[in-house]
Order: sequence, then structure tokens, then C-alpha cells
Amino acid sequence: MAELRFTKDHEWIRVGDGDVYEIGISDYAQGQLGDVVFVELPEIGKKIAKGGQAAVVESVKAASDVYSPVAGEVVAINDALTGDPGLVNKEPTGAGWFFKLKTGDTAQFAELMDQGAYDAYVKGLG
Amino acid sequence: MRYLPHTEADREAMLAAIGAKSVDELFVDVPAEARLAGPVAGLSTTKSELEVERILGAMAAKNRPAGAMASFMGSGAYRHHVPASVDYIVQRGEFLTSYTPYQPEIAQGTLQYLFEFQTQVALLTGMEVANASMYDAATAAVEAVQMANRVTRRGKAILSGALHPHYRETIETHGRFSGFDVAALPANLDGLAGIEALLDAKTSCVVVQYPNVFGRLQDLRGLAAACQKAGALLIVAIPEIVSMGAVVPPGDMGADIVVAEGQSIGNALNFGGPYVGLFAAKEKYLRQMPGRLCGETVDADGKRGFVLTLSTREQHIRREKATSNICTNSGLCALAFTVHLSLLGETGLKRLAALNHAMATSLEAKLARVKGVKVLTDAYFNEFALELPRDAAEVVDKLADKGVLAGVPGGRLWPDDPSMARTLIVAATETNTLADIDLFAAKLAEVL
Amino acid sequence: MDKSQGRVARDTAGELPPVVTHSGHRGLQLEEKLIFEQGVPGRIGVDVPNPPQGAADKLGAFARKEPIGLPDLSEPQVVRHFTRLSQKNYGIDSGLFSLGSCTMKHNPRLNEKMARLPGFADIHPLQPVKTVQGALELIDELARWLKTLTGMPAVAMSPAAGAHGELCGMVAIWAAIKAKGEGETRRRVLVPESAHGTNPATAAMLGFTVDPIPADARGRVDLAAFEAKLGPDVAAIMLTNPNTCGLFETDIKRIADLVHKAGGYFYCDGANYNAIAGRVRPADLGVDAMHINLHKTFSTPHGGGGPGSGPVVLSAALAPFAPLPYVVHGKDGFRLVETKEAGAAPFGRLKGFNGQMGMFVRALAYMLSHGADGIRRASEDAVLNANYVHARLKDVMTPAFEGPCMHEALFDDRFLKDTGVSTLDFAKALIDEGYHPMTMYFPLVVHGAMLIEPTESESKDSLDAFIASLRHLAALAKQGNQAAHFHAAPRLTPRRRLDETRAARQPILRWKPAAPPAPTAQAAE
Repeated sequence: MAELRFTKDHEWIRVGDGDVYEIGISDYAQGQLGDVVFVELPEIGKKIAKGGQAAVVESVKAASDVYSPVAGEVVAINDALTGDPGLVNKEPTGAGWFFKLKTGDTAQFAELMDQGAYDAYVKGLG
Repeated sequence: MRYLPHTEADREAMLAAIGAKSVDELFVDVPAEARLAGPVAGLSTTKSELEVERILGAMAAKNRPAGAMASFMGSGAYRHHVPASVDYIVQRGEFLTSYTPYQPEIAQGTLQYLFEFQTQVALLTGMEVANASMYDAATAAVEAVQMANRVTRRGKAILSGALHPHYRETIETHGRFSGFDVAALPANLDGLAGIEALLDAKTSCVVVQYPNVFGRLQDLRGLAAACQKAGALLIVAIPEIVSMGAVVPPGDMGADIVVAEGQSIGNALNFGGPYVGLFAAKEKYLRQMPGRLCGETVDADGKRGFVLTLSTREQHIRREKATSNICTNSGLCALAFTVHLSLLGETGLKRLAALNHAMATSLEAKLARVKGVKVLTDAYFNEFALELPRDAAEVVDKLADKGVLAGVPGGRLWPDDPSMARTLIVAATETNTLADIDLFAAKLAEVL
Repeated sequence: MDKSQGRVARDTAGELPPVVTHSGHRGLQLEEKLIFEQGVPGRIGVDVPNPPQGAADKLGAFARKEPIGLPDLSEPQVVRHFTRLSQKNYGIDSGLFSLGSCTMKHNPRLNEKMARLPGFADIHPLQPVKTVQGALELIDELARWLKTLTGMPAVAMSPAAGAHGELCGMVAIWAAIKAKGEGETRRRVLVPESAHGTNPATAAMLGFTVDPIPADARGRVDLAAFEAKLGPDVAAIMLTNPNTCGLFETDIKRIADLVHKAGGYFYCDGANYNAIAGRVRPADLGVDAMHINLHKTFSTPHGGGGPGSGPVVLSAALAPFAPLPYVVHGKDGFRLVETKEAGAAPFGRLKGFNGQMGMFVRALAYMLSHGADGIRRASEDAVLNANYVHARLKDVMTPAFEGPCMHEALFDDRFLKDTGVSTLDFAKALIDEGYHPMTMYFPLVVHGAMLIEPTESESKDSLDAFIASLRHLAALAKQGNQAAHFHAAPRLTPRRRLDETRAARQPILRWKPAAPPAPTAQAAE
């Protein structure tokens, strides 16, 4: 499986086909939220800035914005989450992905934390 | 003081446990210059129940209750008979003195009646889902407009010329300060006139009233189709919910959101409040709905139970991104509504609505025969409009001295529109008698 | 003859299995179906008189032809249904209701009686004003009490609840800003992180940018952070005082002075006014606008979530912008002003009709009963009770801040560390002890917050019993091996913990009739 990179806001991003990236929230993030009950996904074709609000994820008691780790245009969304938002809990970095983004600037990816750096970051949060 | 249990000995023992010499020490964080040395001056001191009853009884005696006169007032607040058992249930302490049901294990009573309330509201309005209440119809109408703005991502509301002026003004106030545009049509018996010409790509919604402020029933299907074509939502406001026992509900005519004043079922006139706003919508807009929602689920033993749900729309979780700032709503008024409507049932509500309609048409027949009176409304439920040969406010004022509350004059609802001065809006309910109607007609003839 | 004299007969047969009843009821805990599952066509709960003979039909084409779908029941069924439902509820009448920030104090029945006088309950909002002089007098008198208690020159009476009052106050502030020609530039509102959710929601409704201010280590506004955020674009600060940690904002006057100096206004969330009513006048703290929850401080019943009432006191600078309608003294008695008059700049109307009259009557009955001395005493007792709880629990639970507190005592979850028991579990166990739990996980600035507001209605005996239960639970949790007991709580309630995930994932928000059975293949042929 292709390499994951992470943001401080607990999104992950993975290289897909060429300049298309897949984005979701980390295992730590789903654990903090608890049972996810609803996911609001962006519209296909929407252009999102780096760090821009792209989606909303809701558990019973909390709602969090999901920010895009890189700038780009939404080319796909995970419709399966509409019917089964629990996928975010079950497979946060797999079937629980949120959306796919096409970007012209692939260098952005390298600036994000890799798995080791992210694990250390999460550990530091206590 | 009868409500305060502590004796002086209790207070001293408690201060000792705290380690404070006096209660003043507990207020040490208050800036010294802001601490009052004694009770606020200019106000009375502790009074017995008897004394309070005397004072408030004297104030109440200065009012003339609608029930002590022949009353034909409506315009968004209707005098109906409320069965005795409704107030008995409402005053049960477990309902009266409970809080918003945040702890569902010990609030199933409130939660179950809210679930029943939501179901009743959806059935009456012909809509798919309803929330657990708003403050009143006017504020519910504002919430509906803001919801339409979110759904359509647009910001212009068109208001019918036959929308209750209080609903209109409340929406206009919020428009001015929340930053959406309001195109309000001038007062017009034809509530549909002029709307379609204003529909454009910026329009988020159209707000019409049904029956309209002149009591008139109008077919909304054409407007619903026009709204859909323009990408705008149709919001229908119902001022008199008892009408749903007799007329086609807005949900059957293509409404996207229905708001209503629920006061008529279970609640007294109360000089205008507290009332209960009803709010129903198509299910596809559920996530954008304001206010509390009660949903069915199961408990740890698998038994059916109820909880507040989809709370992430609300202010206590979503804060500045909430769909509304509403918190406390009209829980107890919703209970009164639910109990009264449960007593009525399908059969009783239909009979009640039929009786209201019959009293109104009986009233119309009598008033139409008074010289100089012109009836303006064709199809209606329990309310209709008249045109008088002179200022309606003066007529109403004179009739009040003769024991008749003769309806709501146009000048009261549209003080800035002289063209409405001779309009009188009258309503009849089951609380009127044929003798009341005869009295109204006779006294009206006297003063015209 | 019964010789037991009321004693419980000792069971001599040894352990009995758990009770499983045939009916599903458990003694006084009665299972109750939905009203929709109990209807029988032909029953009725209201005898409606027959319509007059020969009345015309003017419904035109609008007569409802489809059934509505409501159930038909008799009156005894309906009374029993709602009585049974009521028995699944906990209210102040049931016992101590420690829900912080919500001020669950005794609701005197006198107030209910007064609100039901026909002279108040049976008057139409649009009756000629000469027929409702007593109602206008009552509104005016309640307004006088509110103004005198707070020291503020004006009050807007129409808001329907606290959040509605916040909206009223913030709109008045914006109207004043616009009148000064700064409507385009002052667009930022400062809101402490500890604020009620309604504060940022209200500011956002009005298009303001919400800028959070952190709390300092003492649970108060971080003054340095606040000062750094001031600027010419600041419209207002929305500050709760006493704050949601149950603490008086010691720097409040300085905060007011600084925001005024920066050209902004001070909106005070008055949800906690009950701690200081009669002892401190908000006017002396520099407040420009403050809503007063009549359903908290002045004891109008919460009613399971309303109705409330949220009048807003206003400073002289904001008074001209107060919303319609309002009551004034005219030459022939009281007048109700429903449209813009010369000299005033009302920002408009906030709701239908004249405000929550029924709540006004109850609140004034409460105020008259207490008097200025009783209101002061009530605030003192509320503060005394919270400090007593704080003092008696600080050795076994962990107070979030040093005392003294005001009307509520805030604890965090440090005392539960490594016990496997969460704040939620602890609160749910308190339900089995017979109490309504404290507010949990609010304010957000404290980890695992537990906010206890006993109110002045509780006697020392009542508090001692409550404290004993909390001490027992804290000791039990600290045994370290009792997590399962807490996770399972509550177990003695009509329902145990409810599956909120299921409710939110597949929302069922109304009853629907069971689908008719699918026709068999044979029948379909």
C-alpha cells in the first residue's frame, strides 16, 4: 500500500494515480471522535486551498471539520460513507477514505509528516 | 422566607465547614465598589402568598378577559376550549419541573411525548419530519428562511402580501442583521399576487401563509412548481393549526418547509406568549433543520427508548457553525399540544375543525347582512376579512365597550398602511355561540 | 389479621431468581406504548358539540379528504398514558437536580396559579389596549424590578428565551455600531472559550467573526490575551459573569473599560445572574446589555425544555434601539408601542406579539414573594450551597479551581485517573443514587468537567445526603476494580443507557404505521 502522510489536524493523504491523492482521517482521530454517525463530503469539482475546509465528520457528541492537506480539485468522493459512516471507525485509512483530490503541486506531499513522525506527534498529545 | 430552607444555625454550620466567617467572604472576588451593602433600594420586601395574590389579582382584574366578552379575535392567536385534563397533565411536577432531556434514562417521559409531538406535527402538516418545537410561528418562519438560505446557498426571501405582519417584520429584522435580502410584497388579499415576478436566481425561498392573514385559502400548487423551477424552497406558515383538521395540508401542495403556530391546540391566549412554533420539512433537508430532534433507539437491554439526536447541528456542540442558536424552546407548550391532540384524535380534530368552520360561516352570514359591510374572503376556514365603511380600529374600540371583541382592525396589523384602515379581520371558534354572533351583528349595525 | 405490622417478611426460601414479569411492567415502573399504538376507531377523548344546522360550507376545493392518521382514544386512556410517561421523568419536585448552569430551583405553585388567572391567561394579544391595562401594568412593573435590580436604564421584554435575548442584545449592539457608521468595520466579537454554545452561535448568526479568548490558570479570562485581541474592528465581547466555571470574573471592570475604550460594547450573558441578583448590579460592572433567563434566576419552570423568557437590560447607549413592541406610560394609562415613533430607533420585531406574558406573571410573582431582601438572600444561599459542596468534596473529588466559587462548583476528572471510570460513568452512577447528575464535559476549558449547581432550594440535610452519595461513589471508583459497575450504570431507571449512535446513524424521528403485510404470491396472481 502506498505511503501515508499526515497533518497535525489528523488527516491522512495517500498518493493515488499520478497527481490524484486520497484523503481521510487518521485512526487516532476516529478514536477521539467515537462512533462516526455522519460525514458531509465536498462537491466534485470544488477547488480547495491547502488547509481549506473540505468535509465535516460527526460523531454523536462532536463535529469536526476536515481540512485538505494539499491544494487541489475534488475529483471523487466516497459515497459509501453516506450509507455507512461507521466505515470511518472500522477502516479509517482504507474503506473509510473521504475524497480524492487532483493537484498540480505534488511537492506539497513531501512536506507532511510520515507515519513515524505522526506517531511521535500523537504520542506527545498524551 | 418560605422558599429558602436554611436556618441561621444551618448557615453558620455551613460557613464553618467552608472556613468562612461570613457569606460576604464568599463574594470576595466581586470588585469592592460593586458590592451592595444591603438589599437593592426601591423594591418591596418579602411577601406572603396572600399578599402576592392580592397584588397580582388586582392587576389581572384590570384586564377584560376574552372569555368575558363575545370574542372574535384571531390573526395568529385563537381562543379555543382546552379540556381540563390537559392542564392537569401539564402541571404534573415530573413534566413541569424537569429540564431539557439531556439524561435520557430519567427523561423518557419528555422524550416519548416529544416523539409523539413530532409525529403529530408531521401528520397534520403533511410533511415527512418535524422538530421538537420553536418559540412561535414568527420565529419558526425566520428559522425556515435561514434554513432555505443554507439549503440553496442563496440569500433572498420573497414574502407574500398576505403574510401576518408580525411574521413579516420578524423575518425583516433578521434579514437586516443576518445579511439576507427580503422582498416583502405590500398587503394584498391575494397572497400569491406578485410573487412569481420576483422569483430569480438569488431567491432562496418564498414565504406564504395558509390560511392567509385575511383567512383566505389559496391553491399553492402552481407556486410550488414555480419555486421548484427557480430552485427556491416554498415555505408555508399556518397561523391556525386547527385548520388542518379540515383543509388540505401544505405538504400535499408541494411545500418544502411548513411552520405553524401551535397555540390553538392546548394553549391559552396568554396575551401572546408563551406559544409553540411548529416546524416540519421534507426529510431530504433534515441535516439543515434547526432546533431539537427526538429519535427512537434502544437501550442497553434492547428496549425501545428515545433520545435527542442529530445534536451536532445545535449550538451546544457546533457553536458558531450551528444551524440555529436556539436552546430552550417551548417544551411544555408542546406537551399541552400533544395531550390536547391525543384527546381529540382523528375524529375529534375533524369534528372540532368542522364546528369552527360552521361557526365562521354562520358569522359571515350574519355580518354580511349588516349595512355597509363587505366580505372580502371567499374560501376560508374559521377567519375572514371584512371591509367596513369607516375606520375599523374605531369600530373595534366602540364595540369593546359593548361587550364585543370585534376582531383585529387593519390599522393594528399595518399601522403604516392607510389602505388597510377599513379592513377588519374576524375569527370564530367553537367557543363562540350563536348568541355571540347575533350580539356582534347587532352592535356592529349600531356603530356603523 | 395481619401481624406483620408493616415489616417485610423475611424470605426464608433462600435466593430468588430475578423478577421477570409477564406484563413487562416492574411494579410502579410501567411500560407505555406510543399513543399511536393505542388508538381504536370509534373512541373519542373530547365530546365536540354539533355544528349549528344549515351552516354554509366555504372550504371550497380545500376540504381535506385523506385521513390525517391520528389515533382515537378515550379520556381515561390519554390521562393514564401521560401520567405513566410523567413517571419516567425526574424533576425538581422529585429531588436534587445538580445540573450546573441550568439553575434548577424550586418552582412555586403560586406562580402557576397566578399565571392562570383569566385576566392574564385569557386575553388576546391584539385586544384594544384599554381592555388590557393590567397586563401592560404587569409588564411595566416587571421591567421596573429588572431595571432596579440591575441598575440598568432600559429593558427589552420580548425575547422568548436566553439565546433569543442574546440575539436581541447583540442586534442592539450592532444597530448602535451601524448608527455610528461603523457597521462595515466592526465585525469581530470576542468570546471566551468557556462560553455557552449559544454565544458564538448568536454572533455567527449576525455575521460576526467569532474570536475565542483563552482562559487563564485561574479559570478567568486571560487578560493579556484579551488585550492583545482588542482593536478597531472589535464590536463586542460576550462574557458570562459569573462565568461558566462558577467564578466571578475578577477583572470584569477592567475588561469593560478596555472594550469601551476600544469602541466596542460589553454583552454580558446573564445565565448565571442568579448568583449575584440583589448583591451586585450589572450596571456597576460596566455592562451594556445582559439577558436575564426568567426560567433560571426567577424560577419560571423549565418544563422539560421551555418555554423560557429572556428580557435584556440595556445601557443608555443601547436603549434607543430596543425592539418593538414596548410599553410606555401615556396620558390615558399604558400604551403598547408597536411601530416606530419619533425619538426612538427600534431595530425591529423579534417575535410575534408581546413577549412571554405567562412567564412574566410567574417571574413577578416570584420577585414579589421574595422581595429585594429575599432575592439577595436567595443569591447568598445559592453561593453558600455551592461553596459547601465544594468544601465537602474537595478531598475526594478534584475541584478545577480554588474557592470560593459562586453559585456552582466545578470539578474535573483527575480524581478518576486510572480508575477506568469516566465523567460520564460517574454521572450515570449518580442517577442510580437517585439524583439528577451534574452538567458533564462543560465548560470545555476543563478536562472531564463536572459542574454542580445545587441552588438555594436545597436544605443542609439534602446537601449532606447528596454529598454522602458523591463521596461514596468517589471512594468506589478509586477502589480501581469497580469500572464495570460504573460502565453499566444506571441500572435502576426506566431505561438504561441508550444507543445514541444508532439513533443518529438511522434517524427514526416519527412513528409510522407498520407496512401492510406483503401480498402472498398466490394472492397477487
